Order: sequence, then structure tokens, then C-alpha cells
Amino acid sequence: MGANEFVNKPHIGESVRRVEDARFITGQGNYVDDIVEAGQKYAAFVRSTYPHARLTGVDTSAAEEMPGVIRIFTGKDIAGKCGGLPAGWMIVQVDGAPMKEPQRPFLAIDKVRYVGEPVAMVVADTKEQAQNAIESVMVDYDPLDPVIDVHKAANGPALHAEAPDNRCYKWGIGDKAGVDAAFTKAAHITKIDLINNRMIPNAMEPRAANATFSRATGESTLYTTSQNPHLVRLLMCANILQIPETKLRVVAPDVGGGFGSKINVYPEDVGVVWASRALNCPVKWTAERSESFLSDTHGRDHHTHAEMAMDKDGHFLALRVHSDVNLGAYLATFGPAVPTYMYATLLAGQYKTPQLYAEVDAWFTNTAPVDAYRGAGRPEASYVVERIVTRCGWELGLSQDEIRRRNFITEYPYQTPVAMQYDTGDWPKCLDEANKLAEVDSFDQRRKASEAKGLRRGIGYSSYVEACGMGPSRIVGQLGARAGLYESGEVRVNPTGSVTVFTGTHSHGQGHETAFAQLVAARLGVAIENVEVVHGDTNRIPFGMGTYGSRSLAVGGGAIMKALDKIEEKAKKIAAHLLEASDADIEFENGQLTVKGTDKKISFGEVALAAYVPHNYPLEKLEPGLDETAFFDPPNFTFPGGTYICEVEIDPATGVVTIDRFTCVDDFGVIVNPMLVDGQVHGGVMQGIGQALLEEGVYDQETGQLLTGSFMDYTMPRAINLPNFRIGTVCTPCTSNPIGSKGAGEAGAIGAPPAVINAVLDALKPLGVNDIDMPATPFHVWTAIHNAKA
Amino acid sequence: MSTLYAFDYERPTTQADAVRLIQAGGRPLAGGQTLIASMKLHLASPSQLVDLGAIPELVGIRKQGDELVIGAMTCHRDVAESTVVREAIPALAALADLIGDKQIRSMGTIGGSVANNDPAADYPAALLALGATIHTASRKIAADDFFQGLFSTALEEGEIITAIHFPIPQRAAYVKFPQPASLFALIGVFVAQFRKSVRVAVTGGGSGVFRHTAMEAALSRDFSPAAIANVATDVESLSSDLHGSNAYRAHLVSVIAQRAVAGAQG
Repeated sequence: MGANEFVNKPHIGESVRRVEDARFITGQGNYVDDIVEAGQKYAAFVRSTYPHARLTGVDTSAAEEMPGVIRIFTGKDIAGKCGGLPAGWMIVQVDGAPMKEPQRPFLAIDKVRYVGEPVAMVVADTKEQAQNAIESVMVDYDPLDPVIDVHKAANGPALHAEAPDNRCYKWGIGDKAGVDAAFTKAAHITKIDLINNRMIPNAMEPRAANATFSRATGESTLYTTSQNPHLVRLLMCANILQIPETKLRVVAPDVGGGFGSKINVYPEDVGVVWASRALNCPVKWTAERSESFLSDTHGRDHHTHAEMAMDKDGHFLALRVHSDVNLGAYLATFGPAVPTYMYATLLAGQYKTPQLYAEVDAWFTNTAPVDAYRGAGRPEASYVVERIVTRCGWELGLSQDEIRRRNFITEYPYQTPVAMQYDTGDWPKCLDEANKLAEVDSFDQRRKASEAKGLRRGIGYSSYVEACGMGPSRIVGQLGARAGLYESGEVRVNPTGSVTVFTGTHSHGQGHETAFAQLVAARLGVAIENVEVVHGDTNRIPFGMGTYGSRSLAVGGGAIMKALDKIEEKAKKIAAHLLEASDADIEFENGQLTVKGTDKKISFGEVALAAYVPHNYPLEKLEPGLDETAFFDPPNFTFPGGTYICEVEIDPATGVVTIDRFTCVDDFGVIVNPMLVDGQVHGGVMQGIGQALLEEGVYDQETGQLLTGSFMDYTMPRAINLPNFRIGTVCTPCTSNPIGSKGAGEAGAIGAPPAVINAVLDALKPLGVNDIDMPATPFHVWTAIHNAKA
Repeated sequence: MSTLYAFDYERPTTQADAVRLIQAGGRPLAGGQTLIASMKLHLASPSQLVDLGAIPELVGIRKQGDELVIGAMTCHRDVAESTVVREAIPALAALADLIGDKQIRSMGTIGGSVANNDPAADYPAALLALGATIHTASRKIAADDFFQGLFSTALEEGEIITAIHFPIPQRAAYVKFPQPASLFALIGVFVAQFRKSVRVAVTGGGSGVFRHTAMEAALSRDFSPAAIANVATDVESLSSDLHGSNAYRAHLVSVIAQRAVAGAQG
């Protein structure tokens, strides 16, 4: 079934209340830390206190004497006995050589490379005993100078023997010579230097892992806070433990937020599985918040120079971008892909920029590994594009609206110079709608009113585009992915007509149990409450790739739609038999199967019962049962896009930035549940505003210690930091999946930061401030004003 | 670490019993908003806690002559909501309402905050600007003598605060500029005008709360924001960190003090 027919089905576009809410709001969720097995033991990790040091000895003797301690594992126990934590993508460098891929053991063996890296694992009878014992493990470090600043990485001490200059790769995309030629013809060139600040994800639920082992069968079960349990199983079995997938079940039950930080396969996941197998008992670990700060994958951390060549009228001719990116100490699961294919392929933005060349130097530093964080590469791209586009306009005396409008892509499909082909969109319309919702017409009055109070007011635009719905396996394979990126869905109609859906995606706050139930209810005419969605358990669900990159509805929903096609087709055959008609004459609408042009009909429930009680059934040509599985591999990415407008008021005396209003107009294609989409936009924008105004992960340049290691210094957004959002949508259905959906999970975090910073700069321009880095904290804003005066 | 080391817990019901336990080595526990968090992080590991929460004479708010008296174990919420405080020193009630969040205001106490003397805490600014007197089980200490820099006070081992006595000013105001992450004061300024003097105390700026004597002198002549617009603050005495350089803090002292004066003017 295609999108045009699908949108007219019942429940599609309906803000159905979340079926998950009752259990979450009443504290009935089942999270990893809630799971306690018989004979449960607990693990705690000794973590490196140095950013860079040789490990010269780990003395566990005193700790082993502590009460309740069962066993202490160190790097020596695992050396040569298991594989390292793998990277999921291989990046080929500009010279054709593969990226440098150092080993990452789950416990440090001879060196530590960031503060927080696991050095030893204590297993004890209770959590308290394990945590007390780690303080008695004596680690001898031979400290080395740390590499913290990416600009100094090339000349710093090497973290890994495999990468003597600390560079993981130099990668490029686009036509370098074409760009160089276009720059020679430019009437005007706009340049910008910017930093995309390091983020620390801070999901509400800290990471946790609990592993059990059956000596009888040799099977392990790992309960873990993962966005992609099958991927964890695959990498852990194939690369690390080297056991068949049949011997490891991975369960990601209720998970309290991921934002990309729960994609990665972590040392602690491997540790508890290793310990449970060695000790033949269940072993659990739950992160303290301070451990989360140090050891969850961080996000962003790009340092970029960009140049735009324009003709005299402000038409873009070519964009040239160079980024130094910080990968942290090791390659995380998506680590190498985020600053390359998920970043530079979006640098065309919404614009007809005919020539584009981007080059990325990726560096190892003595900081926590960096991986996907809500948007993963695309926020970094939109920040470059939308900052430089606004600056282009200002340098040419054009408004933020006008410079965008002059360069918008208006014909689709559109092939960018950096691999992506946008299928659909209507970006001028998004801009128009956003102007209206934001009441841009009366901005000047508001600006005057602010000035009368001694305040500065500014307006900032961001017209972002991103790529979701990962992804076409063939394309991502060409780009270096070591796995496919299809999705699976099984629709099991039960004998009495209820339906169980098994999906390879994973819900950790998104509301899949509601949205996917809407798909089934729309297609089969069953009540939403009679649809149950199962996810997160590799023993129950078909092989699937999990949830990230706003892919669940577009790709996972696509698989469910394909399975529903098969269910409908089979139901029609059963109905044809029961109604004594031909298959082709059966129509399926609102839960009824009718013989075309007659009043002969049968309900879907009766068909389901007949499928499982096949007394009157065409057994010679049709199998009993009504249970279908489908895999969906989309032909293209999806391309959500839109315009965000931020309006700020700044107190120049203190540097405080207040967001007066924030307007989002997004094109997400077909929307199944507007309330869920609004929730995603709210959360995404909040994270985007957090990055722009509040959040920054900071390491001390000399000591390598994380200075923002708690909420005392790392500013998480609070409700008081935000206005009510003005939200609108434009719909151009996506052509690469059966729903027509583009994905909404990350847009806010992608679109918001440049809108905020452009607004801050618009407000501060009259004071002589031309640039400011994120986060625009009161201190940074005041400093920019102060320096402009000086 | 979220798990505390093992410790003994005592909950005496008289001040005398509490003093005896503390002088024998017990660690006093007031609202626990700093101590318990430190114990969770294994930064503190007292072997015995003496909970002061069950001693009736340590709690309460009353007007006594021309003073406002607040018992050491009175929580911030009770100060914020007290009609006695709101009438006598409204700025003090407003300050209490700015501390932490609702949970913290319901647990944290004035005595605990004052004894801890966090360099970014709010209450020390009020005590110093109002010229309060700290009563302990054995003596009385003027605020000017009490606060001795970073987590340091005139309290001796085994000495506990029983109440704070505040002189009532003609007018006063506290303005707090929060550090964005912790919401502690990056700079907080308490201004109090008495019949014969003006006192200005600054918290958050450096190693502890301090009086801004240059501003006091200027405001004694002319109690207006303009009077202190050009009064300098010693930059070198202030601290620098992620959230603000000493130059920014010095600038904020001026801006926030002017706003406090404007606030006191009403």
C-alpha cells in the first residue's frame, strides 16, 4: 500500500494517547536495573584517573580480601582471550588507505587513554561491597602527556601505535578541483570558523547491564540499556566473544532515553557477560551518574573552517569546508561514520550550491569516545551551513530570509554534489509558514520595545535539511557500513483476532507501541488496544537494526507495512474461500472483507479464527495461520527539512540570553501521530537550545580531567530556559517508504542551534559582535560584548 | 558512588544530648543537603551522624524585641513562607525562596547552610549584610567574625549553632545571579540599609562571602544605584572558572548590586 492511500485510513494523523504512558507514569516500567536474578551478583569498575598513562601494575590483593568480593578481573585476564570492541564503519581515506583502527579491549591492558576508561572489574555479593572494593584496587600508572586539543593532536604523544600522528583518517567528499575553479570566479567570498561544542548526552536512565549464564546450555542472556539489541548481539558474538549468536540473547527492555549514547557496544556490557560466564552467576552493573558523564559516548566536537563563494547577487557558487573532528580515545560503534557520511553529505543544505568539497581530519584524543548524539553529523552540518548562509546574507546586505530564498532548491528530485538525492520537499513554503507563525512582520516593533528597556533583540533563521531513514543498505555499504540497514517487522494475528507486532526497532521513549499499533489498526480495522508491540528481545523479534537516525517509522514502519500487505493478501484468500468468491473480488476495508459489488462479507476476526481453526479452509493451496514477516530496505534516505526561527532578547549588562519565541515549521512527510511528533520536536529543540546556550563538555587542557563531570557544572536545559514553541508542519510525502514518512526524532536538535546563534548575533551586531561560539552562556555573551568594545 | 559507607546514627531530642554526642566525636547532621551528597560521593565518611532534626528548641521563627530570631534547624521553606519573616525582613524570605529547589528548601536548614559556609551559598550574604549574630550552644558570634573564607567559620570542634539573630533593617534586598548549571550564586549581593549605616555583602565571588566596604561608603552617602555605578570591585580577589572570569564576576558585582539597591528602593 502506498502513502496516498494510507493517509486516508482511520487513526492515521490522529493524536492517539500513548499506550505506554500508564505503565511509565505509575512506575511500572521494567528497566534493566529493576531486573534482579536469583543469586544476583554485582559488578563495579575501577576507572582510570589519568587521561593518558602506561599501566605498570594493577594490584588487586587488598581488594580481594574485602567483604563479599568474589573475583576481580583485570586486563591481564582478558588479553588474547577475546576481541576488542569493534567500529561499525570503515572509512577509506583520501589516499585510498583504510582508516586507522586501534584495538579497544574492554579492560585496559597496557595503557589507559581517557579518564574513566575501565581498568578492572570487581564482582561482589552486593553493589555496596563491589563499590567499596574498587577503592582498594591499587593501580600503578606511568603518566604520559595527554592530547586534549584536536589542533595539537598531530604533534602530541601518540595514543595508539597504529596511529603515530593521532590521525584516524583524512577523508574527503566532492569535487575539489571544481570548487577551486568556482572560487576563482567568485564576486564575494564569505568565511567562517566555528566550533560545534562537545555534548554529554545524559539520558535520564543511566546505562545498566545484567548478564546471566546457563552452564547447562552455554547460553548467556544480557539485559542492557541499548537502542539496538540485535546489533549488540551481532558485534559481541562475532567480534568480541566469538561465540555463535544462538548462545547470546540480548534484551533491551524499557529504556529511559538513548539520544545515540545507547547505540554503542560498551565495555561494561562485555564485562558483565564475561564475568557471568566465568563465575556462572548473574552479574549486574548500573552506572552512577558520575560514571555516565565520564564513560558514555559524547557527541559533536567539530572544529570547522568554511568558505562560501558567491556571485554578485548572492547566488552560491561553491562551498569549501574543512573540519577537525575529535573522535575521543577510541572508535565508538558509529564513531567514524558520524563526522563523514552522516555529516558532509548534508552540507548542500537546502541550497543549489553547484560545487562542494569537504575534507575531514579525524583525531584521537585523550577524551571519552565520541559517537552519535541526536542528529549525529547532521546538526554539525546544519550548523556550518546555516551559520555561513546567514553571514553571507549579512555581508551582502541581504536579510536572512532573502539569502535563503535566492538559493533554495525548488525542483525535486534534486541531486546534490555530495551524494544525496533529495526526493521531495517544499522549502520556500516552510519558510513562508515560519515567517507567519513567528510574526516576523512585527519584529521591528518588538525590537524597539526591547531597546527601550535597555535590552537587545535579535532574530535568527535556520533552514535545515537532514537525512534519515537509514538507510539503503547498498548505499551505506558503499559508504563503509559493516552491516545492512534494513528493518524487520512481523505481524502475528492471533486466533481470536488480537495482533502482536514484532519489530526490529527499539523504543526508548519514542512511543512506538502507540504509533505501530496505529498502523495495524488502520490497515486491519482492529482496535488499537488489541495490538501489542514487542521490541527489544533478540529471542522474540526478527533480526533488525534498532532505533537511531529517526528511522523507526520510515524503515521499521515500512517493514510492518510490508508484512501487513502479506497479511491482507492471505486474509483475502481465506475470505474468498469462505465466501465462495475469487481472490481478486475481495475488498478489505475497516476490518471487513467484502465480495466486490455484493453484500457478502466476513469480518477480519472470523478470517483470523478460520486461519487457526482450519476446518473449512483451502489447505491444499494455503497454509494455515496468519503470521507474516517482512524486511524492508528502503531505496533512498528520507529528507526531513524545514525552517526554524528563533527570537531572543539579551541583557547586555549580564549577557543573559532569553528566548522570547521559537518557531518550527517542519516537513516530516506523512505524520501518523501528531502528538508524538510534537513531543519529538519539543525534545529535539530543547536539546538544540541546550547545545546553543547551555551545554558543553569541557576537559582541562593540561590535566585531561573532565571539568563538567556533574550537573553542578554541566548545564542541562530546564523548563525555565524555554518558551512555548510555535509549531507548524508542511507535508510533502516521502517517496521511499510505504508510509510517506520522513522521520521526526532529530530535526529539533539539527535545526535549532544555528537559529539560536544567528538570533544572538543579530541582537549583538549593533554592539560590534560578529561571532560567538556555542554555548552562548551569559559569560560568553558578556565577553563577546566586552571584547567588541575593547 | 551512591552508596554510603556504614555509619552510626543518633537522633537526640535535647540540645544537651546533641552537644554531648558531638563533643564525643559525632558529626552534626542538619538538613543534610551538602553532607549526605558528600557521603554519597565518598568525600566524607563520618563514623557517627548526630541528627539535629528532633530537637524542638532548634526550630522556629520569632520576633524578639527589635530582632528576628530563626532557629538553626528551621528549613528554607519555612523561612520563605513565614509571615513573621516577610513582615520583618521581606528580603530574607525572598532569599530563602531562591535557594535550590523545593526539595532542597524543605530539607535544608539555615543553621546547616551557615555552618557549611559554601562560598556560593545565599544565607551567608544575608547574615553578613544584616549584621546578624550567630548563637551557638555556648556563645554568640557576630557575622563579621563568623565567616572566615571557603567552608571555614569561627565554629569550634563540637560547637553547634542554635539560632541566628537578625537586626531588622529599614530596607533590604537580595539579588542573585545564578551559575547556569548549579543555580548557586555566581554572584549574589545583599544590600541592607539601617538608620545609621548601609551594609553590602557579596557571595559567589571568590573564597567566601565578603563585605563591599567601598559600596557601603557610597551608599551611606546616597542610597541609589547611580551612587555605586562606578565603584570598583577588586578583580584579583575574585575567582575564575568555567562559568565566569574574575573580570566578569567583578562586573556582575556592580550590576547585581545596583539591581539590589533598586530592589530595596522598591
